[in-house]
Amino acid sequence: MHFRDIILFSMQASTASRGRTILMLLAMAIGVSSVILLISLGDSARRYVIDQFASLGTNLLIVLPGRSETTGGPPPLLGETPRDLTLDDAIALTQSSVIRRVAPIVAGSAPVSVRQLEREMIILGSSAELLEVRRLSMNQGNFLPPGDLRRGENVCVIGSGGKQELFGNQKALGQWVRIGDRRFRVIGVLAQIGVSLGEDMSEVVIIPVAVAQSLFNTESLFRIVVEATSEDAIARAKEAVLSIIRSRHEGEDDITVITQDAVLATFNKIFKALTMTVGGIAAISLVVAGIMIMNIMLVAVSNRRAEIGLLKALGAPRHQIMGLFLTESALLSIAGAVLGFLLAYGTMELLAGFFPEYSLALALWSPFIAASLALGTGIVFGVMPAKRAAMLEPALALSRR
Amino acid sequence: MIRLQQIQRVFQVGEEEVHALRNVDFSADKGEYIAIMGPSGSGKSTLLNIIGLLDRPDGGTYELDSIMTTTLNDREQAHVRRHKIGFVFQFFHLVPRLTAEQNVELPLVLAGVDKDERHLRVRETLGAFGIGDRARHRPDQLSGGQRQRVAIARATIMKPSVILADEPTGNLDRASGNDVVHILEELNRQAITLIMVTHDPELGERAKRRIKMVDGGIEEDTGS
Repeated sequence: MHFRDIILFSMQASTASRGRTILMLLAMAIGVSSVILLISLGDSARRYVIDQFASLGTNLLIVLPGRSETTGGPPPLLGETPRDLTLDDAIALTQSSVIRRVAPIVAGSAPVSVRQLEREMIILGSSAELLEVRRLSMNQGNFLPPGDLRRGENVCVIGSGGKQELFGNQKALGQWVRIGDRRFRVIGVLAQIGVSLGEDMSEVVIIPVAVAQSLFNTESLFRIVVEATSEDAIARAKEAVLSIIRSRHEGEDDITVITQDAVLATFNKIFKALTMTVGGIAAISLVVAGIMIMNIMLVAVSNRRAEIGLLKALGAPRHQIMGLFLTESALLSIAGAVLGFLLAYGTMELLAGFFPEYSLALALWSPFIAASLALGTGIVFGVMPAKRAAMLEPALALSRR
Repeated sequence: MIRLQQIQRVFQVGEEEVHALRNVDFSADKGEYIAIMGPSGSGKSTLLNIIGLLDRPDGGTYELDSIMTTTLNDREQAHVRRHKIGFVFQFFHLVPRLTAEQNVELPLVLAGVDKDERHLRVRETLGAFGIGDRARHRPDQLSGGQRQRVAIARATIMKPSVILADEPTGNLDRASGNDVVHILEELNRQAITLIMVTHDPELGERAKRRIKMVDGGIEEDTGS
């Protein structure tokens, strides 16, 4: 039998019983669309997080005090007191040739007030380098002035949200604000950027690192953000950071250096696992669809006993009958998959319309997943009914009307 | 040429074993016209099914055109059915969703004959049976007589050497019944072996050879 004729015969058979066909298509479409949708949502979430991370800046290393690795040796008898990262450590890092910029960071919160208005806000102490390292841009005025990190004037840069809260629509540039017990002059307002990884840069107040240290009465740094000269230099920069700090900390490796791509890779891994899990859960609905296909095909086989008997009488061997019925369930599954894909596409477009900031889109490979899943389901669950059709005794099948 | 030797067929009905055929010997030469008659339950349909390879005997041998069919596997038996045997049923067994044309074409489609040749042969056959103008009608748009003509056209399109008809007029009025019998007899004149199961004595009388079956055995055979 020609391939074309098999397809034609199966198509005629499925269109002849419309109710059955519509049910099967519906079950398959729902199963396939839920798999595609959930996989694509997971994938969109992954891309969103990765993009957010990349927007922090590139070729970054984050230096944290304390070590998070375990070496496997016996625990120290007297306990380990990690040395703090200091401003001198940060300054020492600038000596390396593979490090382009260094931004020490001190963080804390303090009440910020303008005349009678007072707000508790996050205060970041940093340097002029932060502007470039974190890819910030200015709306008005200037960022922190470059110069000796150990000294700093009482100036501050505020985020766009903070400006709105403290000054409303009035001019902020050149005004004085009180942070804790000190007065600072506003020298710049940051341009509006979105939330990046929960750190809302529009709500912070940035002051020189030395001033922040005395404001919070601390010598230690929260972290140091280091920018390597190039992507290839990231590994060397990490080595450089470790060796410089080790020599300054009496030979102890008591810091942790996180490279941005390591963080990215971890996030990537987590989200991929998440996507697969969610997709797997959705695949349960495909199994339900498969069982429905099996059921409906079994009914079709018993409804078409006489036809199967006739096909045998006309010279169709078992494998041919089996092929015809398998083709029928495969065709229905594929049609269901196409419908399911369209359904998923439409839903995704709708969601993307409601939540434009998350850049929702169907995963590129989802059509292939849909097609192979549907075909697989159709064939796996079509085998039993097809086998039953093939094994029918022709004399018996023809004897009843 | 058909030769059945010591054919047995036993059905299990509940606890009981029912002997539908008991050691039946039967043979027919090419071009014979045979009517198988007998009361219901006498095994005549079972015999026809075994001759048509729709049923396997539990014992004995069956040779068709010097092929020992009892040793063939499913695929080989299907091949024999396709090329040597045409079936005509009491209830026509047309596929309801297919047109007359497509029903007649079905054996050719299953055999993998090319489209152009199929159309040529179908048109020719439909014309020969006087239903050319009904080609695009579905079975429910045809009269009983027309349906049986379509079924006969389908049975003959592979040019079989045997036509097996199980009560071919059982579901038709007298006029269309006669019509159908005349068509079958015309095919028989073209040297196709015609074996017909009927319990209409008038129809049986027309056959050149009559076999009477009782209780799973051949009681009377006018010909051999």
